[in-house]
Amino acid sequence: MKYFPLVLSNLRRHRLRTVLTILSVALALFLFASLRTVVTQLEISSQLGAANRMVVQNATAFIFPLPQSYAARLASVPHVTGVTWANWFGGKYGDGKKFFGPFAIDAESYLDIYKNDFIVPPDQKEAFLRERTGVIVGPGLLKYFGWKIGDNVTIQGTIFPGDWTFTIRGTYSLKDPAYGDEQFLFHYDYLYEREKDKISPGWFILRIDDPAQAGVVAKTIDDQFRNSPAPTKTGTEQSFSAGFMTMFGNIQLLLGTIGMAVVFAILLIAANAMLMNQRERTAEVAVLKTVGFTDRTIFSLVIIEAAIIAMTGAVLGIGLAIILPKATNFNAFGFLPGFHVTNGTIMVGAAIALLLSAVSGFTPAYQAARMPVVKALRRVE
Amino acid sequence: MKIPLIYNVRSVMQRPISTAFTALGIALVVAVFVAMLALANGFASALTKTGGDDNVLVMRKGADSEMSSGIAKADASIIASFPHVALDGSGKPMVSPETYVVMNIPRVGGDSTAIANVVVRGVSQQAFAVRKNINIVSGKTFGSGQSEICLGSKLVPRYRNTGIGEQIRFAGRDWTVVCHFTAAGSSFESEIWGEAEQFQGAMRGGSGFQSVTFRLKDAAGFEEAKRALTGDQRLQVDAHKESKYYADQSKFLGAMLRFLAIMITSIMSVGAIFGAVNTMYASISSRTPEIAVLLTLGFKPRNVLLSFLAESAVIALIGGVVGCLIALPINGVVTATTNWASFSEIAFAFRITPLLLLQGILFAVVMGVVGGFFPARKASKMPVVQALR
Repeated sequence: MKYFPLVLSNLRRHRLRTVLTILSVALALFLFASLRTVVTQLEISSQLGAANRMVVQNATAFIFPLPQSYAARLASVPHVTGVTWANWFGGKYGDGKKFFGPFAIDAESYLDIYKNDFIVPPDQKEAFLRERTGVIVGPGLLKYFGWKIGDNVTIQGTIFPGDWTFTIRGTYSLKDPAYGDEQFLFHYDYLYEREKDKISPGWFILRIDDPAQAGVVAKTIDDQFRNSPAPTKTGTEQSFSAGFMTMFGNIQLLLGTIGMAVVFAILLIAANAMLMNQRERTAEVAVLKTVGFTDRTIFSLVIIEAAIIAMTGAVLGIGLAIILPKATNFNAFGFLPGFHVTNGTIMVGAAIALLLSAVSGFTPAYQAARMPVVKALRRVE
Repeated sequence: MKIPLIYNVRSVMQRPISTAFTALGIALVVAVFVAMLALANGFASALTKTGGDDNVLVMRKGADSEMSSGIAKADASIIASFPHVALDGSGKPMVSPETYVVMNIPRVGGDSTAIANVVVRGVSQQAFAVRKNINIVSGKTFGSGQSEICLGSKLVPRYRNTGIGEQIRFAGRDWTVVCHFTAAGSSFESEIWGEAEQFQGAMRGGSGFQSVTFRLKDAAGFEEAKRALTGDQRLQVDAHKESKYYADQSKFLGAMLRFLAIMITSIMSVGAIFGAVNTMYASISSRTPEIAVLLTLGFKPRNVLLSFLAESAVIALIGGVVGCLIALPINGVVTATTNWASFSEIAFAFRITPLLLLQGILFAVVMGVVGGFFPARKASKMPVVQALR
């Protein structure tokens, strides 16, 4: 492209304007990429869960427990290869400002079913299993409270009142950050010991041998308990997460609409800058045409100039969206499992930048290309 | 001497496209600003309005929500006998012991995985008197000993079988809808109310309640009532001012929505300001001879500065008004999210207040002034002789 220096010097002519336009494109694409990342991360969360795990809840309402006796009956359902259970334990630590959800788990079976997701070092696992008041705490929570393995921590129960003291016996690492690094997993037996009369499993988790049979398993279980005092609602772990995500409300629509507004706003700004550039260059274009530049060359010169602005802005903006959350360890108050800009988002951002070049450059380029030389030359001094 | 504003208006008319683009850019920022804050406002006001200032909510000690609370029937009677409880016309204490459960109920258009947790509150007839603002808009309240329920008005269009006389099935029983009620936009409008004794049997088992709400005899006597309740040896309870209890529930999500609104719109506004800067610089450079003439005529540089600032502010003002108009139709649109304190769905309406519109317009003018400042200063400092050429 031998006219590249010409494009560059055009860009340099109003340096401030070029810089400001690039920056507004960058800001807008930064915002767009960030908003879209929130949506994609929520989608990832809503697909969380292994295909071979199922969740059994009380069909009446999720806060109602299920009888302990179901454990044995669930284990005998065809295709079920493992059963564990857990219970929600509302708890506060210190001033109670930091929200975390301690779970009472049936320790051995739970860690077995989740062994590929929560990776606990063997010595820590053994220490935890040996001690009834032991607890496994996620690395994020350890860091937040400044706890260490071996510490005793006292949690105030909100559902099960009183002070509960635990000894941190282990932590875990995650293969998939979506499972969250702020878990607080302790022995169901410890809860049972103190609250015998009130406690039974909050939900069961099943492991099945064939994910394709999930529908059959769910139906078998729900049919079996339909007319009991505690009917069940069984689904895959994924459908459970997806249901949970619907509780946020229509975030996709909200952020999508804002994203559209942002993109449209920069389109106006970029297009305006290009129009202003072109208006000021009428005379030059006339000269270029007189010395033999074709309409088509003139057209592409303008489009390329617009593209350089849009692309530079896009690279800066999307780059910032990728780097900034990593540098600041942003996780949206723990709501999102990490903040990873997906390739899809980068592609959409690039597509927007292309569209931006085309739309913002087209009118001025067209005007320049179609400009009647004789008339325009009159303005040359 | 001031440069008349008509000069700016005429200049702006000379460059209609450029001006319109700049104003529209600002309009979009203002529209997003107003819409997002309307969302935050709507959510906060639904919960803030739920509680009454002179009502006291009693829960078990340490319980952080009604869901995790429990109060025995005998204790509820003890609370009702406290001298701090207001009496109604017939001398009965204005007290409402209530059961509280969150039920999963199928929503209109929802698939089987969608969770819609609805608060099912077991109340007595007194509840309608203890809570102000509750208005039965159609039907009449549930009868004693019947499987009958009343629905908050926000539930009606969102769930199936919600018409009067229709039946909703939960907890293994069919419940007939006998009335719809409004509650001044509060979160009670997202609840199902029925007779506490019916719900006790069908759901929790036993005869206990989750909370007791009563009206204070002396509206300013909350602290005293709280002392008496928490100090009573027979009870293990905490007392909360009802209004504060619900306002606290909105705090976290409300603050987050507000933070999000401000963050997104401030980033957007920087882009819009850059757009305004570009436009104003271009406008000034194409008007160099005019400005020189103005200065020659004896207008002070200060007047030129003010004139261009005003021009930029007016463009932004138009943008602000357009932005408010774009956002306005969203007022009153009902949306829903989850109240994380109870894991239940709460429906609320976007709420655009005159103050919010004013803030939006002010925000636009600030963008205009900031964006116009440097170009305007440049215009005012223009060397006259050079410019006149």
